[in-house]
Amino acid sequence: MIENKKADIPIGKWIKCPKCKEILYKEDVKNNYSICPKCNNYFRLSSRRRIEQIVDKNTFKEFELDVESKDPLNMPEYLNKIEGLRQKTGLKEAVKCGIGKINGSEAIVCAMDSNFFMGSMGYVVGEYITYSMEEAIKRKLPIVIFTVSGGARMQEGIISLMQMAKTSSAVSKLNENGILYISVLTDPTYGGVTASFATLGDIILAEPGTMIGFAGKRVIEQTINEKLPENFQSSEFLFEHGFIDKIVERKDLKDTISKIITMSRGDYNG
Amino acid sequence: MDNNAWEKVEIARDIERPTSLDYIENIFDNFIELHGDRDFAEDGAIVCGIASLNNKNYTIIAEQKGRNTKENIIRNFGMPNPESYKKAIRIMKQSEKFKRPVITFIDTKGAYPGIGAEERGQGQVIAKSIETMSSLKVPTISYVIGEGSSGGALAIGVADRVVMLENSIYSILSPEGYSSILWKDASLKKEAAEKMRLTAKDLYDLKVIDNILYEPNGNAKTDIIEMSNSIKKDIIQSMKDLMQMKKEVLLENRYNKYRIIGGE
Repeated sequence: MIENKKADIPIGKWIKCPKCKEILYKEDVKNNYSICPKCNNYFRLSSRRRIEQIVDKNTFKEFELDVESKDPLNMPEYLNKIEGLRQKTGLKEAVKCGIGKINGSEAIVCAMDSNFFMGSMGYVVGEYITYSMEEAIKRKLPIVIFTVSGGARMQEGIISLMQMAKTSSAVSKLNENGILYISVLTDPTYGGVTASFATLGDIILAEPGTMIGFAGKRVIEQTINEKLPENFQSSEFLFEHGFIDKIVERKDLKDTISKIITMSRGDYNG
Repeated sequence: MDNNAWEKVEIARDIERPTSLDYIENIFDNFIELHGDRDFAEDGAIVCGIASLNNKNYTIIAEQKGRNTKENIIRNFGMPNPESYKKAIRIMKQSEKFKRPVITFIDTKGAYPGIGAEERGQGQVIAKSIETMSSLKVPTISYVIGEGSSGGALAIGVADRVVMLENSIYSILSPEGYSSILWKDASLKKEAAEKMRLTAKDLYDLKVIDNILYEPNGNAKTDIIEMSNSIKKDIIQSMKDLMQMKKEVLLENRYNKYRIIGGE
């Protein structure tokens, strides 16, 4: 399981950087893309702030679907927890999806949110991702997905596993229809999300220092009984092994994405 | 079908339970195994090849556990490394080229969690395998014959028709892993197994699978021939239906099937 670090900045004017322990003025951190001005540590972004950083002001229209988990494993405590998280975070689920403009060009944008069940994917998240891909096809627009996820959501059992099949099937439809899909991996991205839509982008970007993997570190350590290499499963490690197109600093993400959108299409018509 | 979920977990994991190669040998008239991912290595946890049955040719992609310790070392206990999935993807694309329908056998504790596996993109190849299978332009059938655990199982399990043997299990994770994540206690594996809905009947009720094949005397290991015959019958009958469908219809049905799971 991925450690549940707090994303976003808590209420109050001051915040402590979890890495360098420096006490920081909240506004300074926010104005610095939620990056520690002292040690360059990336704070996790909520989906709301992510969209603020990427989508042009006042252009984002959020998709609202009438879907709910059917609680397939009959866990009343699970539905209660969802309700509690909704009240606490103001989010409907672990992903926020919609349509907006990035430096003037229209795109479908999805941002997962670690504040909601560690960004895990159950039926509703699978549905939002799939719907967003289908909308991208319908509207002939590129789609950009920011992932942050502990993986498939345990509380929905096999139904969560099947969301990997659903979202990956939708990616193959994007491919058939020539729709550009940019996947941006942010800290952390693991398990069933790594093993489905997150790693199927035409272009795969990642923030520096992002942890990305299929199996969790603890599971691997227990299986092989040895210590893992220093930068194991970091975006730099994945880059070295050829799985990421580009590691992009947070402040450059918007421009990089909009450049890729403008430059991806050629005009051969043969 | 009276045993509880944990009993089924134990039967599904029984070292004496028939493996993919046992069934392949008994069901098909001929089988040629094809090796290697053409990139890095041959990995024995997934067996690929071409098989024929009543003069019809099929692609076989099968997770293979060892039947003893020596075999298990070669098979990595049925836990595929990325090269197994890359081999499977290669053979899937080949099936499309030669219009051979695909039959997969699922039997794994999960994809191998190791340093090398992560370095060589375990998550990415599983995603690619799922995506490839979801859009494969030939009929596909998957049989869960033992353990179907996690993305490592689903990677070769996105099919037009998914069938489970009576005592096989199919789940998001092993019951041990599930209880340690959800309840921080791996010893609650039996409770987890009951809670997870991982039996063939559960998955049939959840509409994740299309059929259950009953096991002779309530356990496949008591009569491999009889079990093989039952799978063979299912292959012949199901393929007869699927082969008549245009690929556009096949693909649309497959997409819609996964589109609605969990929403009804």
